[in-house]
This record gives sequence, C-alpha cells and structure tokens, in this order.
Amino acid sequence: MKLTTLLMSATAMTVAGSAIAEEMTIVSWGGAYSNSQLKAYHEPYSEKTGVTIINDDSSAEAVAKLRAMNEAGNVTWDVVDVVAADAIRLCDEGLALEIDADTQLAAAPDGTPASEDFGDLIVSDCFIPQIVYSTTFGYRTDMVPDGVEPPSEICSVFDLETYPGKRALEKRPINNMEWALLCDGVAKEDVYDVLETEEGQDQALAKLDTIKGDVIWWSAGADTPQLLADGEIFMGSTYNGRLFSVIEEQNQPVAIMWDAQVFDLDGWIIPTGLSPEREARALDYIMFATDTQRLADQAKYISYGPARLSSAPLVGTHAELGIEMAPHMPTDPANAANTFLYNYEFWADYRDDIDAKFQAWLAQ
Amino acid sequence: MTTPISRKPLSMVVPTVAVAGAFLGLFVGTANGSGLMGVVIGAALMGALAFALTTLWGNESASRWSVVALLGALGFLLGSIPGLILGLLAGWFFGWFIFWLFEGRYRGHLQPYLTSGQVFWHYAFRVICGAIFVFLITPILVVIPLSFNAQDFFTFTPEMLRFDPAGYSLKHYEDFFTNNEWQRSFQNSLIIAPIATLISVSLGTLAAIGLSQSHVPGKRAIMAMLISPMIVPLIISATGMFFFYSQIGNFLEGTVGMSKNLVGYIKVILAHAVLGVPFVIITVTATLVGFDRSLTRAAANMGADPVTTFFKVQMPLILPGVISGGLFAFITSFDEVVVVLFVGSASQKTLPWQMFTGLREQISPTILAVATILVVISIALLTTIELLRRRSERLRGMSPA
Amino acid sequence: MADTTANGPVLAADGTPLKQSLARSLRRQKMRALMLIAPLLVFVLLSFIFPIASMLFRSVENGIVQDTLPETVAALQQWDEQSGELPDEEVYAAFIRDMIIAVDNKEHTRLGSRLNYEETGMSSMFRRSGRAIGRLDPVEDAPFKEALIDIHDGWGEVGTWQTIKTHAVPLTNGYFLNAVDMQRTVDGAQAQPESKQILITLFGRTLQMSLIITGACILLGYPIAWLLANLRMRTANLLMILVLLPFWTSLLVRTSAWKVMLQQQGVINDTLVWLGLVDDAARLVIINNQIGTIIAMTHILLPFMILPMYSVMQTIPPSYTRAAKSLGATNWTAFWRVYFPQSVPGIGAGSILVFILAIGYYITPEIVGGTKGVFISNRIAYHISSSLNWGLAAALGTILLAAVLILYWAYDRIVGIDNVKLGG
Repeated sequence: MKLTTLLMSATAMTVAGSAIAEEMTIVSWGGAYSNSQLKAYHEPYSEKTGVTIINDDSSAEAVAKLRAMNEAGNVTWDVVDVVAADAIRLCDEGLALEIDADTQLAAAPDGTPASEDFGDLIVSDCFIPQIVYSTTFGYRTDMVPDGVEPPSEICSVFDLETYPGKRALEKRPINNMEWALLCDGVAKEDVYDVLETEEGQDQALAKLDTIKGDVIWWSAGADTPQLLADGEIFMGSTYNGRLFSVIEEQNQPVAIMWDAQVFDLDGWIIPTGLSPEREARALDYIMFATDTQRLADQAKYISYGPARLSSAPLVGTHAELGIEMAPHMPTDPANAANTFLYNYEFWADYRDDIDAKFQAWLAQ
Repeated sequence: MTTPISRKPLSMVVPTVAVAGAFLGLFVGTANGSGLMGVVIGAALMGALAFALTTLWGNESASRWSVVALLGALGFLLGSIPGLILGLLAGWFFGWFIFWLFEGRYRGHLQPYLTSGQVFWHYAFRVICGAIFVFLITPILVVIPLSFNAQDFFTFTPEMLRFDPAGYSLKHYEDFFTNNEWQRSFQNSLIIAPIATLISVSLGTLAAIGLSQSHVPGKRAIMAMLISPMIVPLIISATGMFFFYSQIGNFLEGTVGMSKNLVGYIKVILAHAVLGVPFVIITVTATLVGFDRSLTRAAANMGADPVTTFFKVQMPLILPGVISGGLFAFITSFDEVVVVLFVGSASQKTLPWQMFTGLREQISPTILAVATILVVISIALLTTIELLRRRSERLRGMSPA
Repeated sequence: MADTTANGPVLAADGTPLKQSLARSLRRQKMRALMLIAPLLVFVLLSFIFPIASMLFRSVENGIVQDTLPETVAALQQWDEQSGELPDEEVYAAFIRDMIIAVDNKEHTRLGSRLNYEETGMSSMFRRSGRAIGRLDPVEDAPFKEALIDIHDGWGEVGTWQTIKTHAVPLTNGYFLNAVDMQRTVDGAQAQPESKQILITLFGRTLQMSLIITGACILLGYPIAWLLANLRMRTANLLMILVLLPFWTSLLVRTSAWKVMLQQQGVINDTLVWLGLVDDAARLVIINNQIGTIIAMTHILLPFMILPMYSVMQTIPPSYTRAAKSLGATNWTAFWRVYFPQSVPGIGAGSILVFILAIGYYITPEIVGGTKGVFISNRIAYHISSSLNWGLAAALGTILLAAVLILYWAYDRIVGIDNVKLGG
C-alpha cells in the first residue's frame, strides 16, 4: 500500500510540473506514420509555439471513442487523424467540426485559396485532407512463373492459371467488389451503378468466388507485407506506403502493380465540443500543419502523396535512404495510369448493407 | 522410496529398443525417400545395437559414447550440420535408453508391487504429459530466435536457418531499451497491473469467503453479478465503462482537484480490477469447496478471533486458489488491450496497447523482443522463488516434500 | 431433552430460548457473509453492472426518429402505410419544418445514418437533401411535396415513408430482430434476405467452437494438473514454470507465434516437409480456418484450465485413493470413483473460465480464424468501432450474455456451482 501511495504521489508531482505548459493531444495511427507526422508537423509546431504535443495512437478506435467522448461530454482529444470515410461518418454524426477551407486553412504560396489547392479532395465539410494513399497490389517477383510476364494489370489477381499462388485481400467489401466487377467485364464508369443493384453485388461476389479458396483475408495493414515476406502469398493488396517500406527499406523481392489502385485520403478532423481556447489552438495547428511546405515535408519520411497540388513540386528525397520520393508516390503520372478514387458517398450508403452480404458470403 | 533394481532379460530390452528405433527410422526414412525402408533399417540397427552393447560389451559409458558417435556420424552423412545435431541427440537418447531398460533403472523409484502394465502406463502417461508440455512451450520457443531477426519480419530467413551471424541482430532489443514509447508503456503496465491485482484479490477473496458461508441470501444472483465482467464481451464492457469512468474522471479532476494523469491511472486501475474479480471469485470458491469448516470452528473454539483464524487457518489452506486467482487477475490487466484503449489516454498507454499498435501499423519484432525479455524475467523470478522456498525448507529442517 | 420440551422452550446457556438464539446466530451469520461480500458487490455494481446495463439498454432505445422529426411522426399517424400511396402535403410540410430545425442543429445526418441501417441509401438522401432544405422557408416556399421530390426522388417513394413510420417508436425491437437475422418491416417482423443471414450462423459457430475448445482444454489440462499435483513439490514447481511461461507471454505475441508456426510456409509445415512426411506441393492448411482457431485458442486458454484444476487437486488427500486401492479397487476404479469426483470442482471452474473466455474472444479468431473461424464478438466489435451501429452491437451482446447466463444456470443446476455430487 505504501508503494502505491508513493507511486501515485510521484506521478502526481511530475504532472503538476508539466501542466503549466500548454498541451494538446493529437490522435494518429502510430508506427511509421505517426513518426512522419512528428518530424514534419509536431516538432516544428512545438518549436514555433511552445505547445507540448501528446501523441495518442488511437486512430483505429477514433470513431467509436469520439462518439463516446461526445456523449459523455468530455472530449480529451484536440485533433484527430482519420481516413476520409470515417471523417464523413463523424461529420454525419455531428462529432466533427465543420471547417471553411478558405478562411481556416493556409493559402498556397502563390495565393491560390486552399479550397482550390485541395480541389475535390475536400470530400466532407469536416475533413482537412493530408495525404493521398492508395490500396494496391504487391507481388513476389521470385514467384512469377518462368516465361510469364510479371502481373501488370488488375485482372491477374483473378487469373489463377497464369499466376498460381495465394492472394491476400482485405476482409471487407470495399475495393474488392470494384476490382471483381472490373475484371468481370463491367466498364470502369459503370462500376458503382452496377454495384447498387442486388444482381451487381451478386455478380461481384460470384467473381470473388472464383478465387475464394486461394485468398487469405487481412484486417491489419501490416498483414500483407508480412505474408509477402514469408512467401505465403503470391500477391496481396495493401497500402502503397507499406509496399514501399517492404521493397526499399527491407529489400524484399517484391514489386508493386499499380493498375487499378484505389486512391483514398487520410486527414485531420477537429472534434466538436472543445472549449473555445482549445478549439482555437486546434485550428491554429491545422492551419500550420496543412500548409504547402509542411505537407511536402511529410513525404520525406513516408511514401504518401501530399494532398495539395502546390506541394507536389516540393517533394524531395527520403530523409534516410536519400532516394527521390516522387516516383514512389501513388499520384506520380507513371503510376497513376489507371486509378480509382474511393467512392465515399456510395460506400457511406451501401457499406452496412454490402458488408452484411459480404460477411455472409465469407462465412459460407 | 527405492526399489531394488535388477537387470532385465534381453527379450524385453531388444524389442523395445527396436520399436523406438523403428519410430526414429520412420522420420529419417521419409526424409530420405522411403519411410518403410527407414522403419526396417531403424528397427534392425537399434535392436542389434542394444543386443551388442548389453551382451558383448560390458562397459556402459564407453558404449554410450560410441552410440552418440555412430548416430552423429550417420546424421552428418544424411543431413550435414542439422543432421549431425539431431544424430548426436538421438545417440545420447538411445545410449541412455538401452541401459535404462537393461539395468532396470526405470523401476528404481516406483513402488515395488506395481505390475509391468502399471509401470508401462506410468511412463506412457509421462510421455503424454511431455507432449502436452511441448505443445504449451513450442510457440514460446519459436518467438525467442525470431526476436533476434535482422529483418523487420516474423520470418525465419534463410540466413537464420544457416546460422549465419548476418541473419541475427540485437536491434529489436536496442529499440525496446532506447525507444521512449516502449519504456513508458512498460512502466505503465508495471504500475497498473499489480495495483489492480491487489484490489481484485483482496476484495475478491473476502467476497468468496462470504459466498462460501452456508446461508447467503440471493447467492446465485450475487455470484452471477460478480462474474459478469468476464461474460460481457470486452468491447461492450469497454464502451460501457468509458461512460462511467469519464464521469468519475470529471468528478475527481473538477471537484476533488486531482491531476489529470493521476485520475487517468485510477480509471484504468479500477477498470482492470473489475475485470480481474471473476477470476479470483471462481478460483477461490473452487478451493473453498474442499475446505473443512470444522477447522475454523476448532480455531474459534481455541479462542482465536475471526481475523487470526482467517490468516492462520483459512488463508494458508486456500492460498493456492488465491494465488492462481491473483495470477489470472494480474495477467488480465497485464495483457488487456481493449478496455485500456477506451478508458485510458495516451499517458496511460500500456504494453499490450503499444504491442497492438505495433502489430497493426508495422510488423516489428520488437514485440517479440519484449516477449523474450518477459519470459527471461519470469523464469528468473520463478526460479528465485523456488530456490528461496527450498532454502527456507532446509533452514526449518524439513525434508523437501 | 424430553423433560425440557414438556416444560417449555429449550433454553440456551444464557437463558434465552434456543430457537431465538439460533435464529439470531443465523442472522448474524448472514450479516457477516453479506458484510464480506458487500464491498466487492458495491464496487462491481457501480462500476460495471450499471454502466453495462445502460449500454445494453441501447439495444431497444430508439428515440432519435421521434426527437428529430416530432411533427412528421405525428402527421404520419394519419397516413395508412399499407395504402401504397404517398402521404399528403401535410406530412411533407411537417417534415420540412422538422428538417429545418434539424439541419440547424446538424442532426439530420445522424438520423440518416440511423435509418441507413434499415434502408440503404437513407444516409446520402438526408445528407444531400439537408443542404437544399436548409435554404427553404417553411411558409413562403409551400407547397412542399413536389419541391421535396425534386430535391431527391427518394422522397417520392412510399418505402421511404414506410421506413420512417416503422422506426418512429421510442422503444424498438428492431435491433434484436436484426441480431437474429430478421428485420422490422412495415408488415411486422420478417426474415432478412438469405444473402444477409449471418448472425445466427455466427452464434451457433461461436458456441460450438467454444465447446470444442473447452473440451480440448479439459483433455490436455487434466493430465498435466494431475501430474503437477502428484509429483514431488520440487519437480512440480519446476514444471509449473512451463505452464506459466506461455501465460506470461502476451496474447498478441502468442497468436502471432501460432501464425508463424501454422502457416503454409510456417515452422510445422517446413519441418514436416523437411522430414519428408508431407509433400512440398501439398502443405497442410492448418491456419485461417477452424483448426487454426481451435489450436491457437486451446493453447491460449489451457493455463486457465490447468491452474484451477491444480489448485483443487492439491487439496485432495492422496490417502483416499490409497485407501480405495487397499480396499481392493483397481487403479481405474480408484481413480474414477474416488479421485475424479473430488476433482470435478476444478474441472468445473476451469471449464467455466475457458468457455466464457472463449465465447468472448475476438482478437485471436480475427488473426488466425480466416473466414470460417470467426466468432460473434468480431461482429460486435465491428458494429461498435466501425459501423457505429451500437444498438445492434448491444442487442448481440445482450443475447450472448443471456446465452452464457442460461448455460451457467444450467451448469449450476446439473453440476452445482459449489457443491459437487457426481458419482458418489
């Protein structure tokens, strides 16, 4: 018991000391991604303003936890990093603050207002885009059969004869349904019209059925890189930054197939229900962290494309490896010949419905 | 107890060794083409060896060394370095096994009246238990070499399998000891888990004793309530408890004026204590079932007050249950990730939380390094406790039980 | 004895009637037991039962439709949802008035998300219409029926209004119906389309797999517990380290370790291929299916079986078995009729622990379970943290809780939670 009181008073004392400085809690994903934000945003911001930034690796639970915080009237987070689909859900639930891009975000160096600089990447009123990432396929170069070209287009995922071996796909309908339809003869522009119908959903599942026996379903972003490194799968979908790390940092015999990569956005939201001072502080941080230079800086540490048009020319070399980052960006013209943009509106509507069907299909 | 041992007839020794040889031969055979040939050769070779060593060559230790050398050489011929290692091990085993059977040592510590069927079952049972222990421990053994992986994956690389030093590195250990996040989460776990355990064990043991009395109104309902933290799916408990603890947190910070960080710890500790309660209740009540109540009455009769009775009579007897309940409670907190994600905030990040992010965001064998360190610490702790126990036994002049 | 009864009540030593004295002592005993239980009970009630109960209450709570659209709901009472015709202008006007307030408070999208669980497409309908409706004036822009259908043609469908009316009750059985693969419709409770039926299958699978895992733990745990309880203390304590080591190792690490062991390029398959027992082209599939889940979870939960068994077996005096044997019992009889019945409380405690823990696990099945080894808790977690359908999650949780409590009660009835009378 004595030890307990001792420990408690010790922790209490250390906190009492630090509580004088201004603090803000920023929520993100953890790992290499948080690290890139620390270097590109947090450290310069702390230096400029003297604000201490506490990093909380809770983005994966952000939606549920923000809702609980909001209901309990005790929001302890100041800025939260979420994917765009979650931002839309949070905005719909009234849990995220609406932002006016032109007045509350920095303009580009040449004076272009933020709303134009971000363009159509502002997919929700509450969402401040930060990076463009893509979900795409990586494959083992040493497992390509002899005398066969390495896979270069999306339908090779469904071609078990030419490219035998297991595949890894994410355990959710999003992206998989689109790829399946695309490879079942549906034109790219019709994909979502088809997917709206029962028959279209059945068609997509039927196409996925043809490879179901050879699929390992992943749910954490780190799964596919591990499976590729083990040689457990021939090809698998994952985030392009993970593949970059497998190929360039870990030197594994893996290559990226960029065809039909699906662009998605990750960015900031500010929770509703903050006190005026904290809200002002959060807005100030957002203004700083999403300006042209800062977004370009982040690409030094991780291979995700900055969300501003004006940042693209400023992307330099990797901070440790020293390689040119631009060709590794999903947005690089050479990689972006055939792309999809995640259809936020469609999935906000159909996610629950199609997910139930998808899970029922999986369990069959 | 010791049973006088005597040499056994070859009619028992040779066939038994031959069967074991056939079993080994099966594996060697399949690895080299034909399982059937392996079985036949293994049986013949081992049977012959047993016969030759026991009857023709009386010198035991020389015989055993020669078996080691012979099988080692065979292994090297068939499978180079790994083959050599396995061959040497097999040689050691067979050398020991032949003489263990032949000299009748296997009967040495068994009751003399056991039939041979009972002796066979005695050892068969131990082999079964051995297999279960292997099942328990193999995943842990797999983790240890992987934590020295030079790559950032959970993969046995070809370099590692060749025992090439380039395939190994200490970088994951370095990461654990130098990375602030890991250090902080480790400290947090060490603060939170013991206090939570203390709370659940003390309250839980008292309640279990209360529950085991003969006349408790509404016993079943109370029991069901107390074990409910274990039944409710964790994710629901986590969300539900979040609401409760954020109100408590507001109260403690606002009205009582405690610091934010301290309140954070209190919240996580209390939440973990509740989760640990069912384990204590279940194990302690199970031990109390066999508790002879006349003992407490006898103690009371001799003038002991309830508190003395509890600590001097009841507690020592139910201690195994209390300890295993406490162990469960400790592990529940030490290994819990869902509730702390909700109830805790960044400054209360525990080890499992850090591991969970690590697994999700970047496969980093640092978590294997942490696991290895914990395994080493717990081996050291448990061994120390055992040594201390033996020492105190010696000091008190007791013979080891 | 007979004398005193004839002359009056039996007296205790202090002169009070014995009956009274006994009753008082019983009362005191009860009080003491309750006093011992009270601190924990209060703690658990306050910090767990109440919060969880209010969380589970969300499975029936459904005030959102009525609170957001009060006038519309009242106006819809007059409308016959079976008529197949659209509601009249009055409902549309009420809806516009409600929506203008809701848009102001930014509540309309919440309602959209809520109704989207029932009828796909509602979410975007409310979000898109919200902006246009916010610009309308409740008086000047009337009539609204045409205008609203212009904004989004979903408002011109009978189904939309049927959904709103069906779900406009403050307490709903809708989530529970969803939880058993049914739905609340305008024609009462109906089965979900077959392509969406999954939850009952998952419930069944969760129960079945948990039973298999519990059985496997009993089979593997009993010999070990027996061995530990019957060996010399020195050896037993050393072997105990082997049981405790996996236990000290994080669940996440152990699950990952099993992945390394079981996958097709994993340790077990590699070893088998190296030994030639399995052909390189036909490696065993022992992960991402039910086998993987059973192996990994049995391993993870085994200590929860062994430790309670061990602590019970330690209290069984070896003299009982010896006495039985000396009275002529065979080994088997002595074990089965004398030793085993005394060890049942340990099996019971262990089984309860393992079974209940198994039912609620979701991290391990998620990692090693593939498509067929997934449990109902995985869905609960999905609905709590991704789809935000907390009502459905609460309904699923309530059903799971009820199932476990029923099993617990049945177990109590058959075996007795703290009093074992099996085989004599």
